[in-house]
Amino acid sequence: MKSAALRRYLRRAFTYLLAIVVALWVLAPIYLLGVAAFSEQNAIYTFPKQFVASPFSTDTIAFFLRSTGVSKAITNSVIVALLTLFFTMLIGTPAGYAIARFLFRGRDAFRLLIVSTRAFPIVILSIPLAVSFIEWDLYDSVYSLALMHTALALPFTILTTSSVFASVPRDLEEAATTLGCNQFEAFLRVALPLALPGLAAAMLFTFVLSWNEVFAAVILTVRNRTLPALVLTVLDVSPTPYKFAGGFVMLAPSLVFMFFIRKYLFNLWGRVTK
Amino acid sequence: MAEIKLETVRKTYGKTIATRDVSLTIHDREFMVLLGPSGCGKTTLLRGIAGLDQIDSGRIFIGDHDVTDLPPRQRRIAMVFQSYAVFPHLTVYENVAFGLRMQRIADVDVKKRVRSAAELLHITDLLERYPAQVSGGQRQRVAVARAIAVQAEVLLMDEPLSNLDALLRLEMRAELKRLLKEVNSTVVYVTHDQVEALSLGDRIAVMKDGAILQCDTPLKVYDYPATQFVGSFIGNPPMNFLTGQVKVDGSSTTISAGGGTFKPSPLIQSALRDSASILLGIRAENIEASATAVGGALSGSVLVVEPLGSHNLLTVKVGAEYVKVNAHADVVFQPDQTIWLKLAADKIRWIDRQSGVAVA
Amino acid sequence: MTRRHWQQVTPYLLLLPSTIFILIFFSYPMVESFALAFRADDGGWTLKHFEAMVTDVAFVPAVCTTLLLVVIIIPVQFVLALIMALLIQAKLKFSSIFLYIYSIPLGISELAAGIVWFALFTERGYLNSILINLGLLNTPFIFLSYQNTVWLISAVVLAEAWRATSIVMIILVAGLQSIPNEYLEAADVFGASPWDKVWRVILPLLKPSLQVALILRTILAFQVFAVVLAVTGRGLTLLAAEAYLWYNTYRNPNVAAALATLIMVLSIASTMIYLWGLRTPEEQSL
Repeated sequence: MKSAALRRYLRRAFTYLLAIVVALWVLAPIYLLGVAAFSEQNAIYTFPKQFVASPFSTDTIAFFLRSTGVSKAITNSVIVALLTLFFTMLIGTPAGYAIARFLFRGRDAFRLLIVSTRAFPIVILSIPLAVSFIEWDLYDSVYSLALMHTALALPFTILTTSSVFASVPRDLEEAATTLGCNQFEAFLRVALPLALPGLAAAMLFTFVLSWNEVFAAVILTVRNRTLPALVLTVLDVSPTPYKFAGGFVMLAPSLVFMFFIRKYLFNLWGRVTK
Repeated sequence: MAEIKLETVRKTYGKTIATRDVSLTIHDREFMVLLGPSGCGKTTLLRGIAGLDQIDSGRIFIGDHDVTDLPPRQRRIAMVFQSYAVFPHLTVYENVAFGLRMQRIADVDVKKRVRSAAELLHITDLLERYPAQVSGGQRQRVAVARAIAVQAEVLLMDEPLSNLDALLRLEMRAELKRLLKEVNSTVVYVTHDQVEALSLGDRIAVMKDGAILQCDTPLKVYDYPATQFVGSFIGNPPMNFLTGQVKVDGSSTTISAGGGTFKPSPLIQSALRDSASILLGIRAENIEASATAVGGALSGSVLVVEPLGSHNLLTVKVGAEYVKVNAHADVVFQPDQTIWLKLAADKIRWIDRQSGVAVA
Repeated sequence: MTRRHWQQVTPYLLLLPSTIFILIFFSYPMVESFALAFRADDGGWTLKHFEAMVTDVAFVPAVCTTLLLVVIIIPVQFVLALIMALLIQAKLKFSSIFLYIYSIPLGISELAAGIVWFALFTERGYLNSILINLGLLNTPFIFLSYQNTVWLISAVVLAEAWRATSIVMIILVAGLQSIPNEYLEAADVFGASPWDKVWRVILPLLKPSLQVALILRTILAFQVFAVVLAVTGRGLTLLAAEAYLWYNTYRNPNVAAALATLIMVLSIASTMIYLWGLRTPEEQSL
């Protein structure tokens, strides 16, 4: 009896140990890049490297932010991401709501259309669009890149918003209509407030999606680079501090955003797979 | 004045027909129960009255208005949902006030009416809380209060007690009965629980496969089931059925069933044809069991004895058929014992075996 | 129009904008892409862009490396993701913190992840610092050398396993959550060890989730390019990176489109294989 209890205890301890090891596997590389990004520039060139950022310094980050084109690229990235967010919500939310709430002919066909867009590589969309955008004079603009990102994020937005709305019981909206609301009022007063946290999570994720996207960005822009596009194009000619600081600036939003999204991840991704 | 009139209401979902041209009139201030097993179309009918689903054909009238094409909010109804559908993002107070706010009623009056609805349901203490902070039973009260507060002429209830535990359900049932006497609405109440139906309804409409089999007062439905299904769906245990055969010999008509011979009342004799197959229906409490032979009784052997406290429930094998009998708790019967069953003659119902419909 | 008609039309009205947008931004580029890949300057059909693609010296290595990476990365990711998912589901204290940590890479771009692992593997990077501090090396080892393909590929595999496992983990946890606890309790009652439970109950029930995750990850694996550029510079070449080079550096959208077409064919083919190979018989889908 006692040995069984001991075995259970050991197994539990091992599980915790494993969970911590896996957590370190994820965190350690980020931590080390953080150390590099927050060390003084000359500390980055020392070898063997130190494992804590001492003295702590924002010198390297500042150097990166002051480098040619960086502040403009960050602005561009934010604009593109916000535009993408706006477009996908504007176009995608109604579709997500329709899939969640209505039974109609063609519903499965539409879902299939959405899911099948996953099979399209960004590569095959970007190159011909770049060629066409040049013809239409839309090339090298944050707006056309935002449209491209909208196309990439839209299927995701539709599926996630539909799963968010599906998690709001239909009964609640029906109850609202028996209490004097029309369909739109019922949506506004009941479905929307209840879906808001989930929708916010979907929006944050869309933002990250656009913030991170690099292939379309680098193909569709020349002078109006987004941050990843800029860093990628100067990668083989840039000094190490630039790379490390750039890498850290690019991944920093993820650290913050994932914290807010974590509860909704399964809602967002889990049901998308159905 | 809010009489509800359904005229040949039909609703289909794909290929399945949920209601088959149902017609029904529910009187002003009547408590009508729609009773039936799941999938019988009772909820479909209720949602049709509410306007939550559009019916395929037929008309629905509430009062003098044809509401068939009106959205729910224009039908002057209120509804209590099976899941309660209490809005989780609003306080109990705002939930109860929701319908009143939609009617743009002045704040002072909203306050008054929320108060009185809350008092009726004993939830005054909960008004400032959110639904997640109250128990399931209390949430149910909120749902009822919300429906009552709008003082609609028609109150629709979709299995409102089915999510409560047994004890709470019993308590709430009695309270609903008291409450709904006070509110003067026409009530349509959907349930699959026959006890609820018997205890609450002014009339019960028993449904199966999208059609109403019988619509009558609880006692009538219990005592005079229109079909074999109604007899077996209502009552616990279900009504017993023994197969029998009609024998017409000149002017005398007799029926042999379960090894005995019965004389049907003169009223139904004309409806019986010679050698027709027929069912004898009798409820467990209308059978008297005795350990000694009695004239005119059926003999059978005891299979199972289930003590239920107030009485013992016997399963008795009569010929090749089984009969449930309520026996006095203080008379002891043993399995395999041969006993005699005396059926109360005036409680026997005759049902045509082929159609399953009562002979009248 | 009556209320009935409106109710029937409403969902279509709500879907209209998305449908139009998707058709424009997916069908049009698709058709255009084929046109770019198969059309000659004079307007006739041609295979010369494909010829240019195939005869390029970098083409065969690119195909081989791309396929090799897919074949190595996917199994690594799935084992790791399954471990993470089971840990998340193990009802540990702080499991929401573990979940947060495990899902951080989901929001990290290929490029940033590439830079993270470059910082580790570069000559004067953290890995060499650790090895020297431990006394295992005297001089830094050059992991990311052109001659050292094994290390180049290993570094990319690690970077991709680190970055892209989160999404698989999320899909698997969602799948695990949909497995009723009673099944596992039933397995317990009948004497199954934890190992048995994973192999005989969890994995078979997880098949639909695995299928979705596999398709998604494989399609994305064919598109990998920024990680590789960031970690190896030009040390390794991949199909998507070649497409980028042909478009951006050699200014030849036609060959780039031919490469894009090849990537799409590979994506669709692998999807088909998964759908066929992991199909669930009807009677098993509860």
